[in-house]
Amino acid sequence: MKQLRQRYCIVGVGNTPYGKNPGVSQLAHNVLAIRGAIEDAGLTTDQIDGVLTKAPTSTFPMLWAPRVAEALRIVPKVVGTLDQAGASNIGLIQYAVSAIELGQADYVAIAYGDNPATGTRSSYASPRGDSVVAGLFGAPSSYAMVARRHMHEYGTTPEQLGNVAIAHRYHASMNSNAHFQEPITQEDYEHSRWVAEPFHLLDCCPVSDGGAAYIIASEERAKELGKPLVYIEGIGQGHPSWDFYRRPDLPTSGAKVSGEMAFKAAGLGPKDIDFCEIYDCFTIVPLITLEDYGFVNKGEGGSFYEDQRTHVGGELPINTSGGLLSETGMPGTQLVVEAVRQLRGEGGQRQVKDAEVGLVSQQGGIMTTHATMVLTKGA
Amino acid sequence: MPDETLAPLATLAPASTDLSAPHLDGLLAGELRLQQCTQCDTYQYPGESFCYHCPSTDLAWEAAEGNGTVYSFIIVHQRYHPAFGDRLPYNVAIVELDEGPRMIANVLDLGDNAVEIGMRVRPRIEQLDDETAALFFEPA
Repeated sequence: MKQLRQRYCIVGVGNTPYGKNPGVSQLAHNVLAIRGAIEDAGLTTDQIDGVLTKAPTSTFPMLWAPRVAEALRIVPKVVGTLDQAGASNIGLIQYAVSAIELGQADYVAIAYGDNPATGTRSSYASPRGDSVVAGLFGAPSSYAMVARRHMHEYGTTPEQLGNVAIAHRYHASMNSNAHFQEPITQEDYEHSRWVAEPFHLLDCCPVSDGGAAYIIASEERAKELGKPLVYIEGIGQGHPSWDFYRRPDLPTSGAKVSGEMAFKAAGLGPKDIDFCEIYDCFTIVPLITLEDYGFVNKGEGGSFYEDQRTHVGGELPINTSGGLLSETGMPGTQLVVEAVRQLRGEGGQRQVKDAEVGLVSQQGGIMTTHATMVLTKGA
Repeated sequence: MPDETLAPLATLAPASTDLSAPHLDGLLAGELRLQQCTQCDTYQYPGESFCYHCPSTDLAWEAAEGNGTVYSFIIVHQRYHPAFGDRLPYNVAIVELDEGPRMIANVLDLGDNAVEIGMRVRPRIEQLDDETAALFFEPA
């Protein structure tokens, strides 16, 4: 495997407000996030020669990235949309690096933006089929199947799931842009209504409007710009792919394969990581992800969040801006933005002390896809 | 006799196509039919024109016993669709059939028992209306 180390950087990040943004279209969420990232990088729009997008979730428009490019009045050399659901947020970075390596582009903008909270949600409706007759609707039900099986095999408890919701909300309480900022307790968690047992409402991320974007460039280009350097040290992908209920080992994710690949590319391991931003659409997911990365043995993820170990100031801070569970339910781009801000020291009240190596975990579907990225702070 | 609490599900049943008709017609006849590869004998569901396990494209629809084991399950409390309005909360299970395929379905008639992982179940086919039937399970 070729080393990525110290050759490519994330040079700009941007985001819209998160939560409910009535009157802001799917297109606008992408445009505004990219404009924010361009300004953050100290670039101008005419310098962007690649536009890559994650497909919006609420509807699935054809030729999406070209439409975003047009709206920005960019005529890109490199354009396209990737359909790995949440894993795309890292997969797209890999393809941006490839285009830059091949000399096809200098500054590639990557974005996701959508308005499912105030716009349409046509993709979320599934009108007919065997699973619909059985009453299996939506992601919470399918992830609840994963959680139940994990609890059965490994003894993971409801309180351990609650710890995840509480910890991520604690970080969101220090994030004025978070969709939900009010701290919660174990009692709040237990008393939140059932959605699909074993999941309470507070096991589930909200449906949020929002957009987030980043700009990828070579180290040489990055050094011409004013911001602290954030290096892409390693990227890995591993995709279980099969429909969740047919997977032989439901409580194991693609983090095992994608994590090993990313750590190997970076020449680093779990012990080197200062903080994590982990895709947390439901409380069970970070626990499984930590196991599959090797931070703990398989089945021991449940205890990882105990004793505020994952709080900022703790042993391994996780989801420092609140994650999907509290910052915004949008599928993952925001986690990359937060990791970059932490490595630049822009975390404010929630800044991780001496943050030099960050890990980002992204996944999509019902743990159908997975991608991992290790980022480091420039010297 | 269609079960009245299940009748609203008829509108949610899969459409009959060339590939799904043998299974759906089987349910109407009170049988669970799965596709079986004539070369490697593997059962599969849903129907396809090729075998997922071997290079064969020669498949036959066979009546299966359909007994199985609960692999995982949930209890749904949220009202996602009016067709489930009178049944909340209800269970949904992943059932691994002895024949191999996994199915997603409700476990009915639990009596005083709760559905649990590892529970043995047998198929129970319910007619939803004159033209539609669906697969459920019940404790074996």
